[in-house]
Amino acid sequence: MNLLDILLAGSTLGGLYGLIAMGLTVQYGVARIMNLSYGEFLIAPAFLAYLGVTAWGLSPILMLLLVLPLGFIVQWLVYQLLLTPLVRRTGAGPALEVDSILATFGLMFVVQGVMMVAFGGNYHSYTYLSTPVQILGSTVAANRLLVLGVAIALGLGLYLLLTRTRMGTVVRAVSVAPRFAPLVGIDVRFTAALAFGMGGAMVAASGVLVSMFLPFSAAMGTMFAMKALIVVIMGGVGNLMGCLLAGMMLGFAETLVATFIDPGLTLAVNYALFLGVLLLRPTGLFGKGAR
Amino acid sequence: MKTAGKRFWLKQVTAAAATITGFATLAPLALAQEAPKSVRIGWAIAKTGHNAGGTAATVTPNYQLWVKEVNAAGGILLKAYGKRVPIEVVEYDDRSSTEEAVRATERLMTQDKVDFVLPPWSTGSNLAVGPTYEKHKYPLLAATAVTDKAPELAKRWKHAFFFLGTGAGYAESLVSYLESAKKEGKIGNKIAMINIADGFGVELANATRKAAKQHGFELVYDKSYPIGTQDMTPLLTEIKSKNADVFIAYSYPPDTMLITEQSRINALNPKVMFTGVGTQFPMFKAKFGVATEGIMAPGGVDFDAPAIKDYFKRHKESAGYEPDRFASTIQYTTLQVLQQAIERVGKIDRAAVTQEIRTGTFDTIIGPVKLENQMLTKLWYVGQWQNGEFYGIAPANRAGAKPAIIPKPAWKN
Repeated sequence: MNLLDILLAGSTLGGLYGLIAMGLTVQYGVARIMNLSYGEFLIAPAFLAYLGVTAWGLSPILMLLLVLPLGFIVQWLVYQLLLTPLVRRTGAGPALEVDSILATFGLMFVVQGVMMVAFGGNYHSYTYLSTPVQILGSTVAANRLLVLGVAIALGLGLYLLLTRTRMGTVVRAVSVAPRFAPLVGIDVRFTAALAFGMGGAMVAASGVLVSMFLPFSAAMGTMFAMKALIVVIMGGVGNLMGCLLAGMMLGFAETLVATFIDPGLTLAVNYALFLGVLLLRPTGLFGKGAR
Repeated sequence: MKTAGKRFWLKQVTAAAATITGFATLAPLALAQEAPKSVRIGWAIAKTGHNAGGTAATVTPNYQLWVKEVNAAGGILLKAYGKRVPIEVVEYDDRSSTEEAVRATERLMTQDKVDFVLPPWSTGSNLAVGPTYEKHKYPLLAATAVTDKAPELAKRWKHAFFFLGTGAGYAESLVSYLESAKKEGKIGNKIAMINIADGFGVELANATRKAAKQHGFELVYDKSYPIGTQDMTPLLTEIKSKNADVFIAYSYPPDTMLITEQSRINALNPKVMFTGVGTQFPMFKAKFGVATEGIMAPGGVDFDAPAIKDYFKRHKESAGYEPDRFASTIQYTTLQVLQQAIERVGKIDRAAVTQEIRTGTFDTIIGPVKLENQMLTKLWYVGQWQNGEFYGIAPANRAGAKPAIIPKPAWKN
């Protein structure tokens, strides 16, 4: 494997990890909801894309554009209907995290059950953009390149949205100081719902992208949620650039270890890296001290 | 109080009457008894968790198809009562956890008191519930377990029956088949092998290492990868650089798809490409279409046999999708064996039914089945996709075996 091969393989895998974690970091960072049903809301759009491609003959790219608003609305509704009562009851205090973990844990089973009834437990898969792309003599699959592109575009776009616009400033204010934000006239609950919905749009997009090259089943959500959680904690909760960087670190570590040492150690190196980061920077790569 | 007393009195009389009749007429006692309302069949399988995919492909549709067909025919014929009795199902989800599978199996046997229990999917789960079946003396018809421990376990577990062979059986069959191809000059002596770091992958890789040495092959690449690997490019690039004629991957369904897709992208086209579980699934055919041509894997079917064709048709009508071409036919076969054993015994007598399974010969979709030392050994060990169907190719001397396509043709889209 030459340098360029490693660069491509590492960055496409890292982009995938970063992408599936971005929605979670926004949800957890701003709305303070540890969404355990996150993985199920990644798999559900994957099934939708599968239906779109196999039953209705639509392009997955079209499905990708379609699920962005859909994912936003669904997660916004989840926040408004399911989580707002919890926010109200706990006064958005520390009890909210525990309560929301329990609530979203239940939601996970509901969504998983519905998918199980609708699609069964079988693996599903379709083919899209599964064509080799030559870059300076190295080969990479077009769909994986697309994931990398979307990850960078979404990451950068959202980063600019958060740092360059008034709405972004409001969201960041809620993320940093939820107790004091109302003092300057910010509607915290509205902003949190907005961020939760934004996270939903991103996870839906990543679900469609994942469905393009990985086989998936109704039971696989938890696996993605676990991976996303590691990336989020590593990158620093609520930090998009940290998310992308942590994803890249994991992707490159896996590729390097698989190439030069042993593919059997990829999982071990993932967790070693995770532990290492937590030991040196307990709040993650870009974390901002204790909240 | 009064009713209770009456009931007690009634019980006494019935017991006395039964004793008297028992003494008087020993033989036709069974006929005099009332037939059970149903044959109660229980299963604890993975409806959720990491085993759900394999279970939905191989186990659930066969259990459901069998129950549906038997009940449509009026039920299982219990000749001791001279009538057909429908099947009643008790089902649990083991959530892909072996602890939960054991607990649910125990519950089926001791609390629900079902007549027979059908096992879950995968080698690990079957071995985990084995002791429970043995303890309660229920026959275990393991259709999705591949283990080298089968001969030893069969000695210890008198109620366990292994229908899917041993790891060594698959490895030996594959490698000796490759050796004959080598002698014909079709392939060289280099093998590149990868395996998933889990039960099936480890067992088959170990067995293949041994077999490769015996048959004069050189393993130029031999690595394992963890469950949940989402990119195989590093492994495949290394393998490509080794220029091996044979590429073997003992993989599970998601990684089987990944390995095949990424091999195609990276133009890795060895003369023999052998992938693991999942290659035989209808999903594989649907996704890769003509690109499947020449890919080998464990299992296979004799698709030209009318019984198999008919089974495929019924399965598709019942489940909405085709069966897999590895363990599905075997899974259905175990159910036919169980049904025929019950019908021959003619009543719910687990000891007699177990004995019948051990010694009887059964008429099934894969032909006549007779177990040797509680194991089925007449199996397809290697299959290959040829013209859109996954035919058995080894053992080559078995009826219905197709000659293999070596070298594998170039990837088509």
